[in-house]
Amino acid sequence: MTAPRRFDDVVAGDVLPPLTVPLRRRDLVRYAGASGDFNVIHWNERAARAVGLPDVIAHGMLTMAVAGRIVTDWAGDPAAVVEYGTKFPKPVVVPDDEIGAVVEVTAVVSALDTATRTARVSITATSAGDKVLGKAQAKVRLA
Amino acid sequence: MGINSALAGQVFPPSPVYEVGREKIAEFATAIGSADPAHTDPDAARALGHPDVVAPPTFTVIVAQRAEAQVFDDPAAGVDFSRLVHGEERFTHHRPVVAGDRLISTLHVETAREVGGNGILTTRVEIATEDGEQVATVRSTVVIRGEDQ
Repeated sequence: MTAPRRFDDVVAGDVLPPLTVPLRRRDLVRYAGASGDFNVIHWNERAARAVGLPDVIAHGMLTMAVAGRIVTDWAGDPAAVVEYGTKFPKPVVVPDDEIGAVVEVTAVVSALDTATRTARVSITATSAGDKVLGKAQAKVRLA
Repeated sequence: MGINSALAGQVFPPSPVYEVGREKIAEFATAIGSADPAHTDPDAARALGHPDVVAPPTFTVIVAQRAEAQVFDDPAAGVDFSRLVHGEERFTHHRPVVAGDRLISTLHVETAREVGGNGILTTRVEIATEDGEQVATVRSTVVIRGEDQ
């Protein structure tokens, strides 16, 4: 395992290693079970279409969680994330095939606070050309 | 109808205790694709200074959504769950969540209003230990899409 990232080794503008995350129907079903969110629009195409969605969509919370890995992998301690927030401008549409949807995640250190040894990380997540997270930011307390 | 605006300002009774288990943290970590050993290996977590395996940053959504369900399950709220779309979510961690924590959550409805035929509901769930230590605050905004949206 990697040592926790040190505040003194980080500068504003640092780019985090990018992440490509496939989301297939089985990933949605697994997340539904783990989280307890069984909303039908995340696993039943018929129900999703009945409420006007193009197909089954991923839980916004799953997209948020997988995108958050870009920060926890970089920080070296998942508990370093003291704040994490996002909007959900567009859903991740997940077709019923072996490829599913692909979420591309990038992130950059947008600010540092020396007093609290925290970094603000701005996260971008896209799927099929759409921004699926909006104004996603994490505040990370570094070693 | 999207949402009953009379919900605004309502505070629900504290939840029963949710005990955070090692296996649940491991299950959640797997579901979000995180292979970080701090989620599964107590020694790896202790090496980072934590008393036991630590939860991923969005783990508390499990207890937060259980608390929020009190609104969605209430017929008087007028919410059609299948028309619900997540608008915004924010976690503030006052301290890490670790296996063995016994958590109690309290749901506060901050706003409930109709905008352009949609219902918009913002909630805040305060999560604390049963001894009253503040652990996390989870803020959520959901949109209940109107019939013609």
